[in-house]
Amino acid sequence: MTAWRGLSLFAGDAVLVASKDLRIEWRARTALGQVLPFAVLVLVLFGFALDANRPTLRLATPGLLWMTVLFATVVAVQRSVAVESTDGARRMLLLSGMAPAAAFAGKAAAVAVQLLIVEVLLVPGVVLLYDAEIESLPLVVATCVAATVGLATAGSLLGAVVAGVRAHQTVLPILLLPVSAPVLIAATRAFADGFGTVAVDGWSWVGLLAGFAAVNAVLGAVVYGLLLEDT
Amino acid sequence: MTAVRLRDAVVLLGSFPALAGVDLEVERGEVVLVRGPNGAGKSTLLHLCAGLLRLSEGHGDVLGCDLGDDRAAVRRRVGLLGHDTALYGELTAAENLQVWARASRVDEADVPGALERLGLPTRLRDVPTDRLSAGQRRRVALAAIVVRRPELWLLDEPHAGLDSEGREIVDGVVSAAAAAGAAVVLASHETGPAGDLATRTVTMAGGTLAEGLEP
Repeated sequence: MTAWRGLSLFAGDAVLVASKDLRIEWRARTALGQVLPFAVLVLVLFGFALDANRPTLRLATPGLLWMTVLFATVVAVQRSVAVESTDGARRMLLLSGMAPAAAFAGKAAAVAVQLLIVEVLLVPGVVLLYDAEIESLPLVVATCVAATVGLATAGSLLGAVVAGVRAHQTVLPILLLPVSAPVLIAATRAFADGFGTVAVDGWSWVGLLAGFAAVNAVLGAVVYGLLLEDT
Repeated sequence: MTAVRLRDAVVLLGSFPALAGVDLEVERGEVVLVRGPNGAGKSTLLHLCAGLLRLSEGHGDVLGCDLGDDRAAVRRRVGLLGHDTALYGELTAAENLQVWARASRVDEADVPGALERLGLPTRLRDVPTDRLSAGQRRRVALAAIVVRRPELWLLDEPHAGLDSEGREIVDGVVSAAAAAGAAVVLASHETGPAGDLATRTVTMAGGTLAEGLEP
């Protein structure tokens, strides 16, 4: 098999899994019905809590936004795990013979798309609610993309780790939140630069986010098959 | 030609020996019924033959592929109907089979024919499978195997939840697969309707195979 043919099959399988997950999400309305309202609610409640001190709220905007995205990641990954756990559906992926790395890429891509939708709504939300101003749109966009890929890959990897655990819904946040701490820190710093609230080099933080995403993507591609077999 | 060859196969689930030294050979074209009480190890045996479980001790090959280090190749060539249907509840029967066909690299055009063959009414093909009855879902799961045309069929309680018409359809599909040269292993806690299909019956208890019984 030529490398091009192999890459084409890999991409086709990844797209198949991602489109399958997104179609299921569209039907189940979990992302729209739970993740989005949850994310917006968290943002509004933070606004209520800190409204008396508007400068503090503006300063805290990047952190609050990424905390919200992190919580949304937990919900989206939990749902992604549940899709494969219900009625033994995971067996379809295993028996199909598709490359586990392609299945992992597809699962992570579906989570990433959902998170990007959340972010596309949250960023204008903080501009409106928290009176934030975007100084560098390319930096904000690059941060969103790199952080989202990092969260989606780390989440999908840990989702596969806990899939066989009976209490996976409670175990997942316990694992995912600390593992995602570098994303929270780096994305918050990069956004602080993008929003002009702190004078830091945002692009160097984007580099860190890209590194985190790459490590998790490679790790997931390598171990996802083993995790799938063991659950 | 031998499709399944197990020699002293042991599968440990944790420290529990779900299979405790099984010897079994299944030839192509054969329909073997593995009969035994609940917890005898029948499902474990099918999952092992499907390449979904690791062999803890002993030797085994399925369709010429080693169960020790070539399980991925085994998985690509078998069809497994388990206790659960492995269907995505939010997808329709047709969508589930299309995803399965594309992932398995088989012809998607066979999907309508497979659903037709399993007797799923046209009006139900575009209904999410979580709205179908247990028997209808089982037919869809079997249709997924038909689409793939595997060389080894592993069917766990294939008649469970099916009405008499469904049982007849399943029997027809299984017989046709065996006639076409596929090996079939059925697992059931009773001889019942599965016994009529079998060309050979073996009995399982406590993770081991007892003496074979001719139907």
